[in-house]
Amino acid sequence: MKVVGKPLPKVDAAPKVTGRAVYADDMLPARTLHCKILRSPHPHARIVSIDTSAARRIPGVLAVITGSDLPVKFGILPVTQDERALEHEKARYVGDPIVAIAATDEEIAAAACDAVAVEYEVLEPVMSIDAALATPKDERIQDYGGPNNVHKFVALEFGDVEGGFARADHVREDVFFYQGNTHLPMEQHSAIATYVDGRVTLWSSTQVVHYVHRALSRVLELPMHRIRVIGAAHGGGFGGKTDPFAHEIIVAKLAMITGRPVKCTLTREEVFYAHRGRHPVLMWVRTGVTHDGRITAMHFRTALDGGAYGSYGVASTFYTGALQPVTYDIPAYRFEGCRVFTNKPPCGPKRGHGTPQPRFGLELHLEKIARDLGLDPVDMKRRNYVKPNTRTVNWLRVTSCGLEECTQRVLEASGFKTRERRPGRGMGFAISSYLSGAGTAIYWNDMPHSEVQIKVDRGGVTAYCGAMDIGQGSDSVLATVVAEELGLQPSDVRLVTADTDTTPIDLGSYSSRVTFMAGNAALEAARKMRELLVQAVAGAGKRYEEVSFEEASVLAEARFGTLTTAGSYTPPKIAGPYKGSGVGPSPAYSYSACVVDLDADARTGLIKVNKVWIAHDVGRAINPLLVEGQVEGSVYMGLGEALMEEQVFRKGLHKWPSMLEYKSPTFLDMPEVETFIVETDDPEGPYGAKEAGQGPLLPVPPAVSAAVYDALGVWIDEVPVTPEKVVEALRRKDKGETPRYGPQRFPAIPYPETIKVDGPVGHQDGTC
Amino acid sequence: MLRLPRFKYLRPRSAREAAGMAAEKGARAMFVAGGTDLYPKLKRRQFEVDTLIGLDFLGHDIRNGSTECVIDAGVTLSAASRDSHLKGGFGGYAEAAGLVSSPPLRNAGTIGGNLCVDTRCNYYDMTYEWRKAAGFCMKKDGDICLVAPSSPRCWAVSSSDTAPMAIALGGVVTLVGLDGERELPVSALYRDDGIEYMAKRPDEVVTSLRLRAEPGLRSAYVKLRRRGSIDFPIAGAAVAARMEGDTIAACRIVLSAVASYPLDAEAACTFLKGRRLDRETVQEAAELAAKPAKPLDNADLSHFWRKRMVRVVVEQALERLSDQPGGFDS
Ligand SMILES: Cc1cc2nc3c(=O)[nH]c(=O)nc-3n(C[C@H](O)[C@H](O)[C@H](O)COP(=O)(O)OP(=O)(O)OC[C@H]3O[C@@H](n4cnc5c(N)ncnc54)[C@H](O)[C@@H]3O)c2cc1C
Ligand code: SF4
Repeated sequence: MKVVGKPLPKVDAAPKVTGRAVYADDMLPARTLHCKILRSPHPHARIVSIDTSAARRIPGVLAVITGSDLPVKFGILPVTQDERALEHEKARYVGDPIVAIAATDEEIAAAACDAVAVEYEVLEPVMSIDAALATPKDERIQDYGGPNNVHKFVALEFGDVEGGFARADHVREDVFFYQGNTHLPMEQHSAIATYVDGRVTLWSSTQVVHYVHRALSRVLELPMHRIRVIGAAHGGGFGGKTDPFAHEIIVAKLAMITGRPVKCTLTREEVFYAHRGRHPVLMWVRTGVTHDGRITAMHFRTALDGGAYGSYGVASTFYTGALQPVTYDIPAYRFEGCRVFTNKPPCGPKRGHGTPQPRFGLELHLEKIARDLGLDPVDMKRRNYVKPNTRTVNWLRVTSCGLEECTQRVLEASGFKTRERRPGRGMGFAISSYLSGAGTAIYWNDMPHSEVQIKVDRGGVTAYCGAMDIGQGSDSVLATVVAEELGLQPSDVRLVTADTDTTPIDLGSYSSRVTFMAGNAALEAARKMRELLVQAVAGAGKRYEEVSFEEASVLAEARFGTLTTAGSYTPPKIAGPYKGSGVGPSPAYSYSACVVDLDADARTGLIKVNKVWIAHDVGRAINPLLVEGQVEGSVYMGLGEALMEEQVFRKGLHKWPSMLEYKSPTFLDMPEVETFIVETDDPEGPYGAKEAGQGPLLPVPPAVSAAVYDALGVWIDEVPVTPEKVVEALRRKDKGETPRYGPQRFPAIPYPETIKVDGPVGHQDGTC
Repeated sequence: MLRLPRFKYLRPRSAREAAGMAAEKGARAMFVAGGTDLYPKLKRRQFEVDTLIGLDFLGHDIRNGSTECVIDAGVTLSAASRDSHLKGGFGGYAEAAGLVSSPPLRNAGTIGGNLCVDTRCNYYDMTYEWRKAAGFCMKKDGDICLVAPSSPRCWAVSSSDTAPMAIALGGVVTLVGLDGERELPVSALYRDDGIEYMAKRPDEVVTSLRLRAEPGLRSAYVKLRRRGSIDFPIAGAAVAARMEGDTIAACRIVLSAVASYPLDAEAACTFLKGRRLDRETVQEAAELAAKPAKPLDNADLSHFWRKRMVRVVVEQALERLSDQPGGFDS
């Protein structure tokens, strides 16, 4: 292959690093108005009245809107349409949008917000999982779900769980906690809208133009053909820009009212409130094993602190239970999940969506079981690895699987098995898996998940696709696929992407789906185009490889007329035969293994990560440079979650909504990372490729905690692993107590009766 | 985006003129040097002034004499951290300057500004909207303390890295005010109050810092923070000692970020005088030094942990004073 597999620079690298890329906040059309949003100062309150008269009188203020101007509810999932762009009935977290103001400049809009008088009837806030499970003092946060502030229950059972435990030689239970954290993209959310000739156009920093398009249509009560959504240059999402957001709807509405462009760029503090980040998850897990460490049954319970709204939460809840059997062969598996509402900014998808938390618990739990049995944890885990071309007990179809090769690579490179033993120095090992795109769309439909059009003429080749490049390199992948098929360089391919007027639909940059799905769609369109070109050139008695691309396109255009081809991708229907089977299936799973080496100071509890080795089975690296970038970025983010990042609250408020106080690693805190790309040539991925953007984050937090145990002999069963927790665990160890820091118990949750599902027959035979 | 408020910017040509402007405008005006502390706080409306008095006229030199070193207040933290005189004779000071925030902020921030940097509290270093939602505190717009609600005073934390070191080294600042020039030991520049944290008059400009060289003088600064860069100290120890042979003839230990002012650990210094720096002495001194530190729950990480860490940073700083490889002769 000519370009696939080459470490070429990103096609959009130059505009990004030279400042030419136009982000939404860079846009300033003539007569632009600036929008500020007044937000609730209370975590939980009824809104008694809103008086905007003083704000309206301020010179320069052109429009003031409240919830009664945008009463229609929306939400990313069809089952949880529970948000309003502006609330006029009830505020559910500090930061909930209440009033929006468009003014000739930002200071005026801000001053006008300060002049609005809102009368609140303050209600008792619900700030923890325990509080959400209890009877509310005043009233429930949402008026659906329940009992109390429970949002969603999941209870599934696959295979003979009771029998599996009965068969076990050893059974162990553990409780873990994974603290919530946020995405922290470099670019704050920003959107700008115009309203011209009865049509709304919105430029936004979003990961999902199509879903924003749908939400705008619903709330503005305009048909989709009167709305155009364009993805502006993107400064990072990590899942944080995967919902339709209040400010996107608000600027569109304000543009409709004023007839002028209206822009809203969130402050960093507001980004912390927009959130949709990692759910805090409390976990309980019970596993049965044989003497030699083979898993006989597992029972996994999760409780997710969801924040005030649904967001992707129903999917997140399923994800906390779905992927455990994708790395380990678990012959009988029971999963009970519960998401609760609390008066905090809503949680949603962050890199690894719903799976880093159970991965943390699962990996540490198996470490502990191995030690109970006197087995080497790595060997015991390997004994349980899933095999390629199998079905898991919860019906997930595993095709290519490079778990064993990933493991070998990092063990060898790190010298894990022969590591130096000295107090304070430790190494930890963990593995993981992630989807290459969700097998089902957010809203039920039979259409393709990604579509690509290609146009060729005398002027060259252009590819059109709704996919949004959020920095992960999806534009480069599209260009590479088209270039490879047509015998060009990626830089020869012009791209039109993420524009609902001009590009066919792609569902967006989430669930690691774009390379796999848009890549396959591009492959189909490009192969069709190549076919036309080859035919036309052959008709002139030549071979495609001998002529210039221009000559080929002239011959083809002369012969066939306008040259356009299209391709699309629809994932295979592989979900299992049970309700709730839609979350978890993916056309392919990536695999990762990682070793973390660190020094942990027994006196201070401070941790210094020395090096991380990570191997990632990406199927095929369409561009190894991009894969390495994604892997290193994932390690960085995983270390941040493992060691310091936490979205925490004090007195109902986000404790530190600022980039100085919310700690995320700096360059100086980032260790050397050695990345190994493992290629397993997936049968369904484009050129064999799978995902790379999320999976490599997952093994990092458990590997850090395992390394701390290796160094100091204490278990830190929750993230972040902060120095104070390490010191406290060591104090307990010295006093002869359990050498551990972590949650003491899992609450009593009234899970419903489990839905019992038989596992697929012969699921690990390697025949599926 | 958070925007700066509108303000008038005045450009005096001398410290005397600046002092006159400050006296005239009163609380409506503030001095600005590098602006690295001031501008973010203006954006968050922690300061509400309509006039800034620029201190561009301040000198940028470091003058090294045989017995003292004079650093102009306009010297940037980067320049101070790299200066060979300072690194040679007052290593701890250069170290402290080099550990402030991050490289871009050290390129703009001045040593004068660092001596005057506002006290910090994570209930206070927040936007106007956040503080309004939390309920304002007495340091700005309110009348109670959110950290210690029954307390009549503010406990915001002195967070300068160089001030403790300047005190440990017996530094003296030159102040120019309406009434002319005067000198003041850096130790007398601060008060034990989170709000009125400076003891100088508001119209006085810090124009220079003078450090006295002494034979056998050694110094070290150890800063504790979560990350390798950007973060303010959450504890720190500045140590300066005059050695005679291997015994301590005189020494001063000053702690950062554990009180509303740089905290002088006098008991430890009295104890250390005349002793050799062996392991036990270091540990005992650190214990004594840490005693008066009373961190509250208004900075990063828990105050219990920070309190425990004070001993550690003092020990580390004392260890660094020792020249022997390995640090001890135990
Ligand atoms: C993200 C971030 C991290 C930071 N981390 C640290 C840190 O780790 N350690 C630390 O010590 N500081 C830190 N700072 C604070 C600040 O950057 C430094 O203290 C810096 O030295 C301030 O100097 P400046 O010249 O920028 O002061 P300015 O911001 O200009 O002024 C600070 C204050 O001093 C007054 N002032 C300035 N110069 C004089 C003078 N000559 N005479 C009288 N009054 C004067 C001003 O009126 C103002 O009140 C940080 C700041 C930020 C934004
Ligand atoms: S210590 Fe108390 S009064 Fe001072 S800034 Fe903090 S909360 Fe406000």
